[in-house]
Amino acid sequence: MWIYEKKLEYPVRIKNPNPKMAKYIITQYGGPDGELAASLRYLSQRYHMPIPEAKAALNDIGTEELAHFEMVGAMVYQLMKGASVEEIKEADAGGYFADHDSGVYPSTGTGVPFTAAYIQSKGDPIADLHENLAAEQKARATYENLIKLADDPDVIEPLRFLRAREIVHFQRFGEVLEKIEEYLNSKKYF
Amino acid sequence: MNARQELLDQIRAIEFMTVDLNLYLDTHPCDMRALNEYNMYTQQLMALKSQYERQYGPLSNFGTAINQGRSWRWIEDPWPWEQDYWMEEC
Repeated sequence: MWIYEKKLEYPVRIKNPNPKMAKYIITQYGGPDGELAASLRYLSQRYHMPIPEAKAALNDIGTEELAHFEMVGAMVYQLMKGASVEEIKEADAGGYFADHDSGVYPSTGTGVPFTAAYIQSKGDPIADLHENLAAEQKARATYENLIKLADDPDVIEPLRFLRAREIVHFQRFGEVLEKIEEYLNSKKYF
Repeated sequence: MNARQELLDQIRAIEFMTVDLNLYLDTHPCDMRALNEYNMYTQQLMALKSQYERQYGPLSNFGTAINQGRSWRWIEDPWPWEQDYWMEEC
């Protein structure tokens, strides 16, 4: 069961529309290293975790990623809201506009729709944890690229928050991997 | 920034401490200092949330907060992604 909380994890208050930035940021909504992929990845993998620490960490990080999915969606929504068709054309976001108007649709910045092929759930906790460590680094790198592309502090601040969370999640997954290895070695699994 | 936004930011800050401590405790379940901090922030958070909910309506639904007032306040705008509402209210 999940309970919705009627607030964002970190505030998103973007005053100026910027369809170009929306087009860049959408990849963290529905792209390969985005928040939807992250959440589905961890929430699907948790069933096969062998120890309590791992089940809890995947469950809870997967849940926090849903809050990030919402933040990124809010950023895209606010960046598109109030932009004129002229501005959308200038931002080269006409292709997106033709398909979705200013709707928020999970896809990459180049319009590739979300697919579960972005994630793996291997049924093998060691393989899954290594995927997750890489996923957090790839998401961190994507946020760093987005921060380089942004010039509005209203956009940069939530991106910096999201980047920092990837680093914390990477740290927690590293600890989980260590504990799983200890557990498997103690069972003489190999 | 209006009073509502200020209170919500305060809630966000305290809840962030509980989120981060929660993840830490998932992999350090016997760290007493973190456990105590988690409980302390949780208590503060519960008090702040009920203060907010008395004034501005429920923060969560499905039986997790009492609806105070004579209508179903859950559906009231603004929703979290609606920046324009926050800007208008002063």
